[in-house]
Amino acid sequence: MTVDQIVKPPFEAVVAQHGATVLRVVRAVVGQTDADDAWSETFLAAMKAYPQLPADANVEAWLVTIAHRKAIDITRAAARRALPVADTPDSPAVDRADGRDLDLDAAVGALPPKQRQAVAYHYLAGLPYADIAIILDSTVAAARRAAADGIATLRRTYPRLDTARSHT
Amino acid sequence: MTAHSLTPLYPVDPDHLRRLHARLEQDAQANDLLDIAYRTVDSAIGPLLLAATPRGLVRLAFANEGHDSVLLTLSERISPRILEAPARLDPVARQLDEYFAGRRQRFDVALDWSLSQGFRRTVLEHLNTDVAFGTTASYASLARLAGSPKAVRAVGTACATNPTPIVVPCHRVIRSDGAVGSYRGGPVAKRALLDLERAG
Repeated sequence: MTVDQIVKPPFEAVVAQHGATVLRVVRAVVGQTDADDAWSETFLAAMKAYPQLPADANVEAWLVTIAHRKAIDITRAAARRALPVADTPDSPAVDRADGRDLDLDAAVGALPPKQRQAVAYHYLAGLPYADIAIILDSTVAAARRAAADGIATLRRTYPRLDTARSHT
Repeated sequence: MTAHSLTPLYPVDPDHLRRLHARLEQDAQANDLLDIAYRTVDSAIGPLLLAATPRGLVRLAFANEGHDSVLLTLSERISPRILEAPARLDPVARQLDEYFAGRRQRFDVALDWSLSQGFRRTVLEHLNTDVAFGTTASYASLARLAGSPKAVRAVGTACATNPTPIVVPCHRVIRSDGAVGSYRGGPVAKRALLDLERAG
C-alpha cells in the first residue's frame, strides 16, 4: 500500500481511539449533565461525515471541531429550557456515584466559555493553538492567551490543580 | 503545564464508554448510518468475524484471515461507516451456534452478495442452493451446475474467494480424487466442517 492510497480505517477504530478524549473535552466544556448528549451527537455527526473526510486529515482536530459546535448547540438549548431544571436536586447524588471532583467541575464551569474551550482543547485534547484558533475563530495569540488565563484562574479557584497533576 | 496535562484529572470509566458506544450503535442504526455492523463469535473452528450491511450478511472471516485486515478491506470496498454492533448479527450468530451444536442443517439469513460478482456469484448461488448439508460436490460438478463445465479453475477461485464461508458451503466442494482441497479458513477447518456434517 503506498502513501497516496491510504485506506480509511473503520469508524469503530475512530471511536476506540478518540472516545475517551472527546468525553473529557465535552465534560469540561458543557458539564457533566450534558456530556453524554454532546458525546453522542458528536460521534453520530462524525459518522455521517466520515466517508467525505480526507484520509490524511487530523481526526482528533476534526472531532473536537464537531464537538465544539455540538456543545454550542447544547448550551443554547439548555439556556432556552427553564432555568431551574439545570439544578435538579438529585444531580449531586449522580455526581458522587461517579467519584468526580465537584470542585474541579465547578471551577472549570465558572470560566468564561472561550477560556474553558481553549483549556479543554489544549490541556485535554492536546491540540496545538493553531488548530484551536481555527475552531474558536480567533488568532493563535488569542487562543494561547485564553488558555493561559483559564489556567491562571483555575490555579486560584482549584488550588489542587498542580498537586493533583504531580501525583499522577 | 503541557498539552494533555489535565487529562489525569478527568478519569474515564470504561463502562461509561461502553454505554455511550451502545447508544451510538442504536442512533447510527436509527439514522441509516450503520453501513456495516460486525461482531465476533467463538466457534469449534476458532473465532469468526461476522459483518452485515442492512441488506444482509456480507462477510464471514476466519481468524487466519486477520479480522482487522478484513474490516479494512470492507471499509475500502463498501463503506467506512463500520461499528462493532452485535444486534444485527444476532440471528446468524444463533444459527451458527446451532450448526456447530449439530442442531441446524441450513442457514436462514439474508445475504448481501455485493462482494461477489459475475460468474463467481453464479457459482456461489448454485453452491448455496444445490449442495446440501452432509453431501459434497467436486469442482467439476459445480462447474456443470453453474452452466460452464469447462470452468473448473474459475469455480476453484469462486470458492477460494467466497465472502461468506460456512453459510455458503464452499467447504462441501472437494477435489475429484477425494482430497479436501484448499479452503479460506485452512484445510483443518474444512476437514472439521466436513466431519461435523458427517456426524450430523
